[in-house]
Amino acid sequence: MILRRPFFYIILIIAALFVYFPLRGNNVSLREDLILVAIAIILASNLNLMIGYTGYVNFGHIVFYGLGGYVGLYLATVRGWHLVLSALVAGLVVSLCALLFGLLILRLRGAYFALATIGVLQAVQAFVSNFDPWGRSTGMYLSFESYQPLGGAMRALWITYYLVIAVMALSMILSLAIKNSKFGLGLFAIREDEDAAVVLGVNATVYKAIIYSVSAFLPAVAGALMFYKNGMIDPSIAFEFMLSLEGIVMLMLGGQGAVMGAALGGGLYEKLRSYLLTSPTLSNFHLVIAGGLLLLVVLFAPGGLIGWLYRLVPRARKVIE
Amino acid sequence: MSSLLEVRGVSKRFGGLLAVSDVSFSLEEGQILGLIGPNGAGKTTLFNVVNGVYKADGGTISFLGKDITGSSPDKVVHLGLARTHQIVKPLNDLTLLDNVTVGACFGREYLDLKAARAVALEVLQLVGLADRAGMIARSLTIAGKKRLEVARALAAKPKLLLLDEVLAGLNPTEVALMIDLVRKIRDGGVSVFMIEHLMQAIMSLSDRIVVLNLGRKLAEGRPDEVVHNPDVVEAYWASRTSSTS
Repeated sequence: MILRRPFFYIILIIAALFVYFPLRGNNVSLREDLILVAIAIILASNLNLMIGYTGYVNFGHIVFYGLGGYVGLYLATVRGWHLVLSALVAGLVVSLCALLFGLLILRLRGAYFALATIGVLQAVQAFVSNFDPWGRSTGMYLSFESYQPLGGAMRALWITYYLVIAVMALSMILSLAIKNSKFGLGLFAIREDEDAAVVLGVNATVYKAIIYSVSAFLPAVAGALMFYKNGMIDPSIAFEFMLSLEGIVMLMLGGQGAVMGAALGGGLYEKLRSYLLTSPTLSNFHLVIAGGLLLLVVLFAPGGLIGWLYRLVPRARKVIE
Repeated sequence: MSSLLEVRGVSKRFGGLLAVSDVSFSLEEGQILGLIGPNGAGKTTLFNVVNGVYKADGGTISFLGKDITGSSPDKVVHLGLARTHQIVKPLNDLTLLDNVTVGACFGREYLDLKAARAVALEVLQLVGLADRAGMIARSLTIAGKKRLEVARALAAKPKLLLLDEVLAGLNPTEVALMIDLVRKIRDGGVSVFMIEHLMQAIMSLSDRIVVLNLGRKLAEGRPDEVVHNPDVVEAYWASRTSSTS
């Protein structure tokens, strides 16, 4: 089914390019750039499942990434598990937490739900900051030996990179698969009018809880990989509220509801941000520019870049989903 | 043999207002049952209680012999009881085809996406929207949206269809088309329970009529019996002189 969508192959090509370019000439600095772009794409794509597909704005989406990082790092260092296993278990644990949170807060709608998601983020951050096994507010460090199972630090960083790219590709494939499924149609119905959707037979309570939980899985895996690569984690970098907000900017910029929109917004925004952050004159302005961009998009191109493309070339809808 | 829909002593209260009070009636298979009454009589509230949008404060509702009192709307649809809304609720940014596919996907037969699309196309054909299947629902006229409501509900392959004022806001040509459609639906084996203000239409369509006033059942019977019922005449005249709407 999904193999018949042209966009599936576009995703594979994008992932292949992400692998090819840094590999050619062993370009480590390009790799470090692209891993951030990939993380942005992962976060934006999975946030899109909530905001773009279901119409529920999640301000605290970063909590999945941070919590995944904590669980993953804990399993990899303290328990000495293999990285891949740690990351997968982190994904599962965080998805399960999300399911519980979701059943609690998804009774709320609109602005109240959005507020509750901030509450979830704050509550988890407060909990982790006081949780002894995870080092309270100083966090956890990875010992250098932890890279040994993967063949030393150098190789471990490359392996982590490929895994992150794989998670990026999976995020986009997941979005594509859901978009073209009955489950996705149910979500779209909820987004357009939840009351109507329920009267048409969609079990909105279950659907919302499932998608909230699903949208947590890959960001948590990515968090586990990323914090393993970085070698340390603490509550303030794991649960950075600003990054959560920027995820929403990425979606609006690229075009919510579209798989490519989320990816494009995530990628472009991350490139722009790293350019601004490293530019000596503009380094403190990246949030000002993010705010300005958001304003422009909301006012003049509410469908984001992809919406704008669809309007120019309506047939593009069929290929670039 | 039990009726298709059996409503026994149903009440619904909003704070101090008793919107529906101790209403009982039944609907036989293959029938068109009309529900009329002055504005604010509790007609739409009664619909909402029947399909589970509101929980009844008292009484029981059974459908196909099963007790559905307190069931949520999505469960009720799966059993084969679909409805339309008086204030249309199109899924605005989805195409007409997708709108109707939602109905087929999550309806009584719970079809998969492919089978649901086929059913959706058939139903769009039936209601005369097939040529606009790829249009976004937002861009339809009000008459189109009313038909889309009916199409979505029909796509669920219901045994019983609740129609909430599908004729309101339509011009005479559109009304004639819709009346025709309701007959077609009934002839296709779907029983119909409909709220309507347009008297000629409901009189000619219904096999039987229930009259509500101030939340209570005022009368019930064949259309010609009901119009000559002195209580009904009184309720209509009284409400017309005392209300401004």
